[in-house]
Amino acid sequence: MTAPFPFSAIVGQTAMKQAMILTAIDPGIGGVLVFGDRGTGKSTAVRALAALLPPITAIEGCPVNSARIEDCPEWAEIGSKKVVSRPTPVIDLPLGATEDRVVGALDIERALTRGEKAFEPGLLARANRGYLYIDEVNLLEDHIVDLLLDVAQSGENVVEREGLSIRHPARFVLVGSGNPEEGELRPQLLDRFGLSVEVRSPTDIEERIEVIRRRDAYETDKGAFMKRWRSTDTKIRNRILAAREALPRITTPESILRDCAELCVALGSDGLRGELTLLRSARALAAFEDDTTLSREHLRAIAPSALSHRLRRDPLDEAGSATRVARTVADVLG
Amino acid sequence: MSEAGDRWDAACLALRLLAVDPDGLKGLCLRARSGPARQTFLTLLDAIPLPRVKLHPTITDEQLFGGIDLTATLAGEKIVFNQGLIENPSMMVLTMAERAGSDLAAKLAQVLDGDKGHCLIMLDEGAEPTEHAPPALTERLAFHVDLDGLGARDLTPVLFDHESLTAARARLAHVPAGADEVAALVTLAARFGIDSLRAPLLALRTARANAALHDHDRVTAEDLALAVSLVYPSRATMLPADEDEAPPETDQPAPQENPKEGDSNEPSGEIPDEMLIEAVRALLPAHLLDQLVPAGTTRGASGSGGAGARHKGNRRGRPLPSRHGRIDGTSRIDLVATLRAAAPWQPMRRRATPLAKGLLIRPSDIRLKRYEEKSDRLLIFLVDASGSAAMSRLGEAKGAVEILLAEAYARRDHVALITFRGVAAEVLLPPTRSLVQTKRRLATLPGGGGTPLASGLKAASELALHARSRGLSPTLALLTDGRANITLEGSADRTQAAMDSETLARLIRAQAIPGLVLDMSARPQDTLRVLAAQMGAPYLPLPRADAKRLSSAISSALEG
Repeated sequence: MTAPFPFSAIVGQTAMKQAMILTAIDPGIGGVLVFGDRGTGKSTAVRALAALLPPITAIEGCPVNSARIEDCPEWAEIGSKKVVSRPTPVIDLPLGATEDRVVGALDIERALTRGEKAFEPGLLARANRGYLYIDEVNLLEDHIVDLLLDVAQSGENVVEREGLSIRHPARFVLVGSGNPEEGELRPQLLDRFGLSVEVRSPTDIEERIEVIRRRDAYETDKGAFMKRWRSTDTKIRNRILAAREALPRITTPESILRDCAELCVALGSDGLRGELTLLRSARALAAFEDDTTLSREHLRAIAPSALSHRLRRDPLDEAGSATRVARTVADVLG
Repeated sequence: MSEAGDRWDAACLALRLLAVDPDGLKGLCLRARSGPARQTFLTLLDAIPLPRVKLHPTITDEQLFGGIDLTATLAGEKIVFNQGLIENPSMMVLTMAERAGSDLAAKLAQVLDGDKGHCLIMLDEGAEPTEHAPPALTERLAFHVDLDGLGARDLTPVLFDHESLTAARARLAHVPAGADEVAALVTLAARFGIDSLRAPLLALRTARANAALHDHDRVTAEDLALAVSLVYPSRATMLPADEDEAPPETDQPAPQENPKEGDSNEPSGEIPDEMLIEAVRALLPAHLLDQLVPAGTTRGASGSGGAGARHKGNRRGRPLPSRHGRIDGTSRIDLVATLRAAAPWQPMRRRATPLAKGLLIRPSDIRLKRYEEKSDRLLIFLVDASGSAAMSRLGEAKGAVEILLAEAYARRDHVALITFRGVAAEVLLPPTRSLVQTKRRLATLPGGGGTPLASGLKAASELALHARSRGLSPTLALLTDGRANITLEGSADRTQAAMDSETLARLIRAQAIPGLVLDMSARPQDTLRVLAAQMGAPYLPLPRADAKRLSSAISSALEG
């Protein structure tokens, strides 16, 4: 496994990087959706994030990365009580993955050779406490999407098939990327992502040159390049860790709650998920920026990513939804 | 040197560079029908120092990524795994790439992005311009080679010197590229309207490979020019800004023999990348102007080919891999797949229910067949029946629609009819295949009143989107004289009415509904031409049309 491109070396794309950092601080925000043209570094950022994140501690051999021995599912039959540190799991969900591979299925090897009924965990188990990355999420088969929605919402994977009855925790941050030209995402799944960002190729020539220069340096001499960026990556990681600590201490003034509600009403977003995500991500942002109180600035910074994918489509409004959010934010927050 | 010979040399050069750096350049997309050129080129692929693996568009995951070998496992009572075709670094040769679906494209893209040393050769045998390899893959590959139309006499014999290639491979890591070179490549990509940052990256690697091949100490201007001429032309979406003429709207491809399309207008002013631009321009395909994608529109907006879009069903069409499901009376069981799914469990189930006879099949074994079929086309006629559209012209329009209906019937297309007059639009006939019904409705179509063009467009776009959601591929034919005078709300206000219809025209374009606009006024109108442009539809003025001409105009525009 070669070292992925360092997170901090990604030029520009601040909205995408910010959204990913926020979900690392508070996984409860509920995932990031990255939509954009080809060749804008979507996949690069996700893989870089995996390398950036601090390791987690888990029971050795536990298929769902449980932190405590009592959380390990019975069927796993864990013998050891040793706690090991492993990198934050970032699991790729390939497009053509079968249902069996995603939720898990009867362990064919044991069934065939020993005639035992045993459960072979799938991708959802491995993604527990980590990230589930779906490239080209808009092309995913409908029945897999339904399944993911269900699990992402409940945080638990229930398998009832082939005579098995198994459940295990599956709490993960969904990261999806895709190119909207190739297909749209169903609104049900859209709403399930906490944050959404649209990435574009940088238009500034200098910025583009810098991208190529860094990528070229990386490909020419990976070792030296990684070394150069290690300290900045570590700095971000430490800030994420500090922000996780600080998160419960962030105070939220009453007026900010009112602002959240007013924003969502003005935008006509469906349901209350908009307010909740807006609040959570704004708090994570405040923690990341070493602030102790939530302010309008935080709301303003995060509102486009938190709300733009929750609007009802207005076929007569040609401006993108991000523009509409920005307009409304300016109206409501002044 | 002939134009065809140049193309062949460029292709061989691309292959040589790929042989130097297969991992970094990722591969090559070859567009050619079978013939001597393609055949010769394929034998040359041996120069690439990777094992060759052949893929086809309907390849299954198990073949690609490996899986359990069912037969061997059952026979040996021990689990046996098949190795996937792409487990180890290899040169993947994807045949019939134009038929590869987006899911296969995504999987292969993931493999390429994985940096495990794979390289992909795509053989695109598309016959029509609309048939092409998946863009998600072409985008990732450095070279696009078009060998269509090359005969055996164009092929100069090529011999690859394997020793020099090996030597170049060893040198590759030590060729430095300066900041100026990188800057030049990026600037140039921007001037050709190439948005993706993969293009300059691949060009840089190409330049480096070429420098290594020719034993240059560093990347030189010559290497850059060559890299640009190999990587950029197929990706260009515009010619450099000094030539800002709009791409012509014609649908006929320019003749192949016209190699200097872009040379008509020499660029002026002091441009540092002059040489590089010239290098690309000479290699731009002759019909490029027709293929340029106008910025801001999606690729789908221009497609109005005869066949409709694809969608999945469970009754007809090309088979897809079957999948787990319940028998619900609407789908068919894939018997073989079901038996395969049930086979491994037989010993266990027999142990559990010793008295049962025959095969023990559980609901979870059931696999259902799925198919992908081409959807039917829907022709939506949007006919202006206002007073201004003149009763005489309305008769002609009716005649044209009738002739088209006969053709539509022959092709099994669906048709729908919407008229607008007075203050609102009316769906006279929802999508149908019934010829008789359509004729009857059309004959009784009354005329007179205002021109609520915006309402008509709105009704048509709604119908089109609805039809699309049911799996039809809608096409819109608007017959009008363009003097919109009724607003969307139904009030008489000429300015507002014009604005409303323009908004809706843009909306139709944004939703990629193909169409055409027929001007049936006595004198062609500029407003309608503008409207057609906003709709992204061809505009046909027909000052003295008879039904026959109208119909042939529509047919040729839709076929194009």
